[in-house]
Amino acid sequence: MKFTLSWLKEHLETKATLDQIVDQLTALGLEVEGVENPGAKLAAFRVAEVLTAAPHPQADKLQVLTVDAGDGPLQVVCGAPNARAGMRGVFGAPGAYVPGLDVTLAVRAVRGVESNGMMCSTRELELGEDHDGIIELPADAPVGTAFSDYAGLDDPVIDLSINPNRQDCMGVHGIARDLAAAGLGTLKAVAAEPVAGNFPCPIDIRTDDPEGCPAFYGRVVRGVRNGASPDWLQQRLKAVGQRPISALVDMTNYIMLSYGRPLHVYDLAKLNGAVVARRARDGETVEALNGKTYALDASMTVIADDSGVHDIGGIMGGEHSGVTETTTDILIECAYFDPAHIARTGQKLALASDARSRFERGVDPRFLDDGLEITTRMAIELAGGEASEVIRAGSPPALEREVAYRPTRAAGLGGLDIPEDRQAEILARLGFTVERGSPWRVTSPSWRRDIEGEADIVEEVIRVEGLDKVASTPLPRAPGVAKPTATPEQMVERRVRRTAATRGLSEAITWSFIAESEATPFGGAAWNLANPISEEMKAMRPSLLPGLLSAARRNQARGNDSIRLFEIGRRYLADAEPLTASLLLAGSPARHWRAGRGPAADWADAKAEALALLAAAGAPVDNLQVSAPAGPAYHPGRSAKLTLGKAVLAEFGELHPRILRAFDLDGSAAAAEVYLDALPPRRAGGRMRAAYAPPTLQPVRRDFAFLVPAALEADKLLRAVRGADKQAIVAASLFDVFTGAGVGEGEKSLAVEIVLQPADKSFTDEELKTIGERIVASAAKLGARLRD
Amino acid sequence: MSNLDQMREEWLGRVAGAEDAAALEAVRVAALGKQGAVTALLKTLGGMSPDERQETGPRIHALRETVTGALAERKEALEAAELDARLARETADVTLPVAPAPRGSVHPVSQVMDELAEIFADLGFSVASGPEIEDDWHNFTALNFPPDHPARAMHDTFYLSEKGAEGGDRLLRTHTSPVQIRAMTGREPPLYIIAPGRVYRSDSDATHTPMFHQIEGLVIEKGITLAHLKWTLETFLKAFFERDDIVLRLRPSFFPFTEPSVEVDVGYSIEKGKRVIGGSDGWMEVLGSGMVHPNVIRACGLDPDEWQGFAFGTGVDRLAMLKYGMDDLRAFFDGDGRWLGHYGFGALDVPTLSGGVGA
Repeated sequence: MKFTLSWLKEHLETKATLDQIVDQLTALGLEVEGVENPGAKLAAFRVAEVLTAAPHPQADKLQVLTVDAGDGPLQVVCGAPNARAGMRGVFGAPGAYVPGLDVTLAVRAVRGVESNGMMCSTRELELGEDHDGIIELPADAPVGTAFSDYAGLDDPVIDLSINPNRQDCMGVHGIARDLAAAGLGTLKAVAAEPVAGNFPCPIDIRTDDPEGCPAFYGRVVRGVRNGASPDWLQQRLKAVGQRPISALVDMTNYIMLSYGRPLHVYDLAKLNGAVVARRARDGETVEALNGKTYALDASMTVIADDSGVHDIGGIMGGEHSGVTETTTDILIECAYFDPAHIARTGQKLALASDARSRFERGVDPRFLDDGLEITTRMAIELAGGEASEVIRAGSPPALEREVAYRPTRAAGLGGLDIPEDRQAEILARLGFTVERGSPWRVTSPSWRRDIEGEADIVEEVIRVEGLDKVASTPLPRAPGVAKPTATPEQMVERRVRRTAATRGLSEAITWSFIAESEATPFGGAAWNLANPISEEMKAMRPSLLPGLLSAARRNQARGNDSIRLFEIGRRYLADAEPLTASLLLAGSPARHWRAGRGPAADWADAKAEALALLAAAGAPVDNLQVSAPAGPAYHPGRSAKLTLGKAVLAEFGELHPRILRAFDLDGSAAAAEVYLDALPPRRAGGRMRAAYAPPTLQPVRRDFAFLVPAALEADKLLRAVRGADKQAIVAASLFDVFTGAGVGEGEKSLAVEIVLQPADKSFTDEELKTIGERIVASAAKLGARLRD
Repeated sequence: MSNLDQMREEWLGRVAGAEDAAALEAVRVAALGKQGAVTALLKTLGGMSPDERQETGPRIHALRETVTGALAERKEALEAAELDARLARETADVTLPVAPAPRGSVHPVSQVMDELAEIFADLGFSVASGPEIEDDWHNFTALNFPPDHPARAMHDTFYLSEKGAEGGDRLLRTHTSPVQIRAMTGREPPLYIIAPGRVYRSDSDATHTPMFHQIEGLVIEKGITLAHLKWTLETFLKAFFERDDIVLRLRPSFFPFTEPSVEVDVGYSIEKGKRVIGGSDGWMEVLGSGMVHPNVIRACGLDPDEWQGFAFGTGVDRLAMLKYGMDDLRAFFDGDGRWLGHYGFGALDVPTLSGGVGA
């Protein structure tokens, strides 16, 4: 919502400075987006007369002018075809900055002739697009005057962003009312002297859609001449970014911006039969003023006559029934459209307009008559003619609302104690009716349909009194040290994240949505966006790996070849959004003088990370089963799931070559996914640890080398060995895996070190021998035999 | 010079002359071995008269001890020389670089979320969460967005093609505010929560990404007013930005789910060409907030005449940018290892009240 300072002062009697006004607007909640004075940048330009004009001796298209800008004749070279002796225009002297050219003028020679400044075009001064010639001012424009004063450009433009609840501030008058309520001046009354109708309205007006258009008022003005609007009106519209069109169109825009009251003016000659507000019929179309044709349906309210739809009611007029310079008789429409209808229609048609933004917020239903009278009077002033009687079809809703209000709520909710008299004064200035009692009966004005209850009244009172007066008050604080608040799940997430970082993994955050094709190998997306920004951001990720793989590809493309990324986030399943920690190891490790180039990350690296994260999450890592392979995104021979009972806690492995190709990734890559939602809940226990004293006796270590079938999983052998004597054997670790010389075809050698911990007395040779035999027997069940 | 003196000189000379351990051992054997010269001398003691023995005995023993001592000393010297020689051979170019250990990092958004959790824990707030795939009721209706209200359109909502379990439409939450509804419908007040998380809007340019992070705050408690909200926000921003000169400016605003609604600007100053929070050279919009709308409290099954409170929301990514100086939001979600290394945080940079909530 843009308006100028002088425009505001037509509605507000005030001595306040621009800065005071801007500060007060901000304090009232009318957000100031910008303040600009278009005159300021043109301060150096003056009205000048061209005294003489002669051809340039060296150039056909140039002229040499003598120009008087109030300080006597100056020689100026000019290329404009319309430059001629006797005309008046706008002159910039050396030193003036020309905004449209981004140039500061200087005395210079143009093709050998000295030029002392410049006669300017509209575009050069950024006042419009015209660049066909220099600006021509009327013959009575006073030579030597500052052009911005002469043209009324020295009028600051204020741009406000109006919140959806402030229907009343979609016009200058409502903004003035708010400022007046805050004590910044006096609101001037609306001048809406009725214009008597000289004849019956010659066209019938009806509303057949009382829901969408409860009220449709109109009257005819005949005998108008619709020329260009006067300069003051054009200037005002241009200042706020509107393009002047003709007197009658400019008038409707001016009244809309002044009072927040959209109107429409039809060329009566183009109407045929009664003008009716009705629902559109499915399949009807209308060509709107923006030149586009819209397909309508039965949910939309339109203004139509016997020949068809003329206007998308409350949103945009039609191309064919609008006024032109040949129009002689007009019908002025002043209607009330239902805000919800307007919003739905506007959204469906994807059509934004100044009228829509006002009807959708709601216009003042008590302002139809005044709006129509103001418009009629202005139409006659600008274009002549005489007015008909008014036809009022339907009636606008009564939107005043009575609210029971306790003035103590200003302090009780708003935190600001305001005397009752002051509260009553503020409300009255805003247009509320206040009946003081217990509680107060406060009635909202017809232009504030956002007022529903007590809290709204509190807002009005404290906003005008000033939020800066609200004093900070500490929240109540529980005695003692602050209690911990993180849930067990949150603690798991924090531990896993920071453990991953200690292991040299960098946390990334990738998009929740990926391409459908990227989701497919990971089981497909359960959810897809109906209105995605692009096909690449459409499917809600079923896994975090696609996002990490894409990040890895981008890293590779930028020459970063050592990729260790992780992400903790949700994956999106049909019935849940489980928290997942995923990691990706890709690219080649750096070379080093000691070890040369290390091996590329493989399944074992991924397994190590998965186990580390699981351990950090508190999972019983020693009890996990390794079940190969992992899901289809992984290499079938080099991947596995880590399970606890039926729950899959993690998957790890090298990624399937097809996946790497699909993501355009060079080299191999290993990954792991830890399903934090699948972790067994931690048993709540006290802080006290189980009693423990380190054993006093030394452990005994023994090595066993087994020959086993090549397909035997090492984990099985280790479990068998450990299970041979659960008391004595405290650890069994694999220290060698070997195939080759000395080991038969189809076999491999696995060497295991066991640690035996004596309890209160040392093992006897006999006991050690028995344990050894049990280990061998236990291993033998898996087809293992001791290596000779 | 007596015979014994001569012998001492001779043996000390031979000990000193031994050039290595083997030679020294040979000297030892020759002097003190079974057949050794000194040993032989000792053996003569048996054949002496008591007087002779009393006179000569101590001198022979002294000789043996001197030689033994000289042998030990020489042995130590030879060993020391040998060690020195070995050490002189054992050199390394210790300027050679060590093997690189990959340096991990925590994303700034996670770090800031941890910082916020720490600050608000001290104020008594716990961390709550809710689904990102939401229904219209939680995201809009219960938050007092009337159907067709332009405020809904302002949110640029992403809708999902699939229906929810009970056949309802689903959308991606456009703000973290639905967590307010879930907290109020799920637990008994009083409530003090913050809810950080991902939110989505169909918007993409230099300063907007279709996915970003918000944090919501909610207090529902008897007698809570806008004055408490103001204090809470001031206290939080001072703690977060670790500055005492934080100045807030409250402006009336509009959010469907709060009444009164307040937009919060924070003062900034320019330091080294960058906007820095603190001071009041200019104002920057950082938070939306207000007193929870009675309709919202009612929608959650609570009595607005009994319970009231405030809510606020702000962008986590934005807070991170303002505190740590990143200027491109899109880079947050790019996963560039160099960016993560530069702007990320160390694993042990855990925000704590005693150690500070910044790193």
